[in-house]
Amino acid sequence: MTLFGYRLPGMSSLILWGLLWEIVGQSGLTFFVPPLSEVVATLFEVVQTTAFQKALYETAYAFFAGVFFAIAIGIPVGILMGKNRLLDELLLPWVNVFLSAPLTALVPVLMVLFGFGMKAIVITTTLFGIWIIILNARAGVKQINRSLVEMAKSFGASPTDAFFKIYFWAALPEILGGVRIGIIRAVKGVIIGQLLISIVGFGALFELYSANFLMAHFWAVLIVLFALAFTISEFLAYLERRVSYYAAKR
Amino acid sequence: MAMSQTNPVIVDDVPESAVSTRNISKNYGDVEALRDLSLEFPRGQLTSLLGPSGCGKTTLLKIIAGLLEPTSGEVEVNGKKVTGPGPDRAFVFQDFALLPWASVIRNVAFGLEMRGVGKSEREDIAAKYIKEVGLAGFEQSYPHELSGGMRQRVGLARALSVDAEVLLMDEPFSAVDEQTRRKFQEDLLALVQNENKTFIFVTHSIEEAVYVSDQIAILLPRPSRVHEIIRPSNFRAKGVDNIRRDPEYLDIVDEIWASLRTYVE
Repeated sequence: MTLFGYRLPGMSSLILWGLLWEIVGQSGLTFFVPPLSEVVATLFEVVQTTAFQKALYETAYAFFAGVFFAIAIGIPVGILMGKNRLLDELLLPWVNVFLSAPLTALVPVLMVLFGFGMKAIVITTTLFGIWIIILNARAGVKQINRSLVEMAKSFGASPTDAFFKIYFWAALPEILGGVRIGIIRAVKGVIIGQLLISIVGFGALFELYSANFLMAHFWAVLIVLFALAFTISEFLAYLERRVSYYAAKR
Repeated sequence: MAMSQTNPVIVDDVPESAVSTRNISKNYGDVEALRDLSLEFPRGQLTSLLGPSGCGKTTLLKIIAGLLEPTSGEVEVNGKKVTGPGPDRAFVFQDFALLPWASVIRNVAFGLEMRGVGKSEREDIAAKYIKEVGLAGFEQSYPHELSGGMRQRVGLARALSVDAEVLLMDEPFSAVDEQTRRKFQEDLLALVQNENKTFIFVTHSIEEAVYVSDQIAILLPRPSRVHEIIRPSNFRAKGVDNIRRDPEYLDIVDEIWASLRTYVE
């Protein structure tokens, strides 16, 4: 976008929203919104505390474990569904149900099944992320050029070869898109898990700060979380662009 | 419709068959794609499958490749029954079927990779064939950076590099422009001359079939069958520049058109 002939860098609009936040905060309209400058100052304080670092560690652990399982299970299942009609018929209804289901309502059930510890939180995270990863990997395989499959077959490719050397790569643009959305959903999953299952990690911080009306602290942690999620998502978007050159030409 | 399947006239100079199809039938549900089709493909020569669209020529080629299973009948390559794809046959695809995420050299080496040939060895072989098809210097390029004609050269190099005895080509030049196609046809003649391979070539172009073939099998649709087998005599020995004005070439083109005309909608 250009303004008065100047090219604005990406996300310049954030400056406007930050200014608005500062004005609302300074005006003292509501205790709920402290000025942005205060939030930022608190942010630098908060990140140095052991409580924050412990929370970051707990959240990161649950998040990465959950995302790992979502990817490691989701991609192969999605590819196999795309390849195999029978598996597709069997699993697709469930994938669609879970994709659109309010998963938060399932969390109490997970607590009963898997206890109140880290395990249940990791599983919650996985459940939030996995469905879109499966669906996207499946979609990627579904649109594969038939003659690539025939080509691999005609040169004697084994099913394993075909899986790793044709299907995976052909579906990679869609797979990366699915992983990106899945990871954003997994951020939701890990926080909901930490709020509902056991009060640990960032969930515990949110709980603590909001219960004590420490709004500057609350917003500071939220900004950190947004920034982390945004960075991961942008990194994946970058990877996606790297493979997009062949997305249109398979 | 009378079964006008004429047997090929056995001339003395026809080499033994590298590929034979015996009584091939292929049904898709109630639809008969091929009926009782028998054909011989002489070794070291180029045989075209020519016919109107829907005559099952690509189906027959894929059955020979082992990519499709016939409903009945069998295919023999060098006297051995075909049960699936094998190292004795290589396929050149109409839409090139290149891996868009892989460089030219990886694409050309793909067939060897599937056969378990080590990386440095297969890349040496691939580089040799890339040079042979005239793409030296493009080893590290990606398919989307190449023109259609160059992409098909990659597809051809891939098929050549596995050194199969039989080359199956499914309308390989139909997706490239007219001038590139003419160059391809000349190169194909040289290839048939130099490589001791058996070529099976599907095309819908009458001129192309007559230009490149040692033997032309004309297929007719509904149900598909061999209508006629034409073996042009030696007008191709007179040099590539003279083929298209040779009287025999022109006569055969006209003759084929006369027999196909009624089947073209």
